Amino acid sequence: MAELDRRKKRLDRSVKVRSEGLYALSSYREMAYVLAPRLLLIVGLLVTPLLLDLYWQRVLCAAGIFAMLALGFDFLAGYVGLVCLGGALFIGFGGYSAGLLNAYLGLPPFASIPLASIIGACLSTVVLLPCLRLRGIYFAIVTFMLPLFARNVIVALELFGSTEGISGLDILPNTWAEQYVILAAVLVTLFGLRRLVNEDTGLIMMSIKDNDQAVLASGISIFRYRTLAVFITALFGCFAGAYLAHLYGWLGLSLFAMDFSILPIAATVMGGMGTLTGPVIGALMLTPLSEALRGFGQLRVVLYCVMLLLFILYKPEGLMNYLERKYHQFERWETV
Amino acid sequence: METALIYGAINSVTFALIAIGFSLVYGVSRVPNFAHGSIYVLVGFLTWSFVNDLHLNYGLSVLIALGIAAVLGLGIYRFVLIRLRGMPTSEIIASFAVGLIILEGLRLQGIGGFKGFIGPNYVLKPFIEGKIEILSVFVDYQRLIVVVSGVLLVLVLWSFTHHTRMGLSLRAIAQDEQAAMMLGINSDRSAMISLAIGSSLAGLAAVIILPLGNITAEAGYTVLVYALAVCIIGGLGRWPGTILASFLVGFAMKISTYYFGAVWESVVLVGTIILVLLVKPSGLMGKQKELEERV
Repeated sequence: MAELDRRKKRLDRSVKVRSEGLYALSSYREMAYVLAPRLLLIVGLLVTPLLLDLYWQRVLCAAGIFAMLALGFDFLAGYVGLVCLGGALFIGFGGYSAGLLNAYLGLPPFASIPLASIIGACLSTVVLLPCLRLRGIYFAIVTFMLPLFARNVIVALELFGSTEGISGLDILPNTWAEQYVILAAVLVTLFGLRRLVNEDTGLIMMSIKDNDQAVLASGISIFRYRTLAVFITALFGCFAGAYLAHLYGWLGLSLFAMDFSILPIAATVMGGMGTLTGPVIGALMLTPLSEALRGFGQLRVVLYCVMLLLFILYKPEGLMNYLERKYHQFERWETV
Repeated sequence: METALIYGAINSVTFALIAIGFSLVYGVSRVPNFAHGSIYVLVGFLTWSFVNDLHLNYGLSVLIALGIAAVLGLGIYRFVLIRLRGMPTSEIIASFAVGLIILEGLRLQGIGGFKGFIGPNYVLKPFIEGKIEILSVFVDYQRLIVVVSGVLLVLVLWSFTHHTRMGLSLRAIAQDEQAAMMLGINSDRSAMISLAIGSSLAGLAAVIILPLGNITAEAGYTVLVYALAVCIIGGLGRWPGTILASFLVGFAMKISTYYFGAVWESVVLVGTIILVLLVKPSGLMGKQKELEERV
């Protein structure tokens, strides 16, 4: 058993230890160590639109939408313990609310998007309320079914243009507005959620995931916090949906498409569950990939499912955890 | 009204056929098999291909397709789910991914000479053609076959789980995994067997139900949703609950169709689920596990 003679030893870099807490301000080196990855992401995201042509700028917008959904999925699954298989529900509710506000009340995009996020989020939360009292896979099942039912209901009752949808909505003023709205939203969501999970509220949510009985015994209402978490997620998801409706100036049944449910999950698993940054990176990588495969029809769904499966089986920690480890720690082989 | 009642009964048995495989797998192994709908469609597709492309005998094709479904179920557990036991999030995501790979893979065209679904030409022959009149309602024989085989299947499964060694061990694992393991029942093996049986039950449902219409890839999602709906209403992993719920949903849908029109079917289904979750969250018959599942 030659392999057993040595093992990998991982140690935190000294600069990591030195840059924790207030001591990060002690020198430029520590500050750079803390700021570099964050700035890389922010500046990278903000500069990308300048380097792309019109087609790939649109892909970037789509990537932003998927990143918002992936963030929501990661937050719910990784921090609250609710697996949401229905990102399409949020996109659909947000998109339909924005489109209807725009088409019937004539609100301009910059009013209808925020308003639709709130309306859509309230609707989604109300619809999901009945299964929030249950533990286990009920939430996953109900969220999986709802987008499909929503489609059926819209077709059956011939609501809002039925299968045709409504076209000719107002679109955003120009391509720069299109891209920077969604990129700003992604960054705000990312850093907002990161702050939230480090607050007391986030602590309670994480403990609900780990041991709900203990939370219950502490006199905290699980139901209330789960509702809050679902509302927050739905808010971001519905924002993405409302934005999508105004990006293409169109609303229709494909807002409830399976893509909006499965790609964010693939992005999250690939990027690393529970890291929040990972899903964004995953979405930014997967969306262009699936776009490049658009010509092959359903092959892209198969492809990201295969990828999802491989990551969940062989690299369950995901890219972000891997990168984080490399950044914060050095490794060496040690003989035992 | 007779129409609604008779078709309601047929519809109920259809639901029971679809849902019982999912319920069995979840009951024994606590694995929500989100690939259920895909296996349903896959078996339909395979049977069709064997009959039309390889010109095999109908019965033989059905048997081979069911065998493939069982092996697939085994494979899904042995190579995917076994690594993820006890992590519900990963179990759901992984089985969902497997299902999507199968389902969307069936739509692929022209890769390695493979031809997936194009157009609506995928129809399986009914076992016996023709119609019969019951209470002045015309019912075709295939629907009668659905009812008869549904009832038979429930009886066979009941006697399997109550009177055979393997069935008893499956029930033991379902009731108390640790106690069963102490008595020498292999938990992984039971789960693997339950997935194989569950998958071939999905396939069997496909073979019996699909001659009533076309085979489409979308049916995979519909079937999964119906199976999930019935299982949630009846209480996850509870057999009597599953059967009770399929009758409830089956009749509710057909009767509402009779009074309000066909468009209300899915509205009624959603309404029933939400009502049941509000009133009795762990399902109609989910009494036993209520304390564990409800927070």
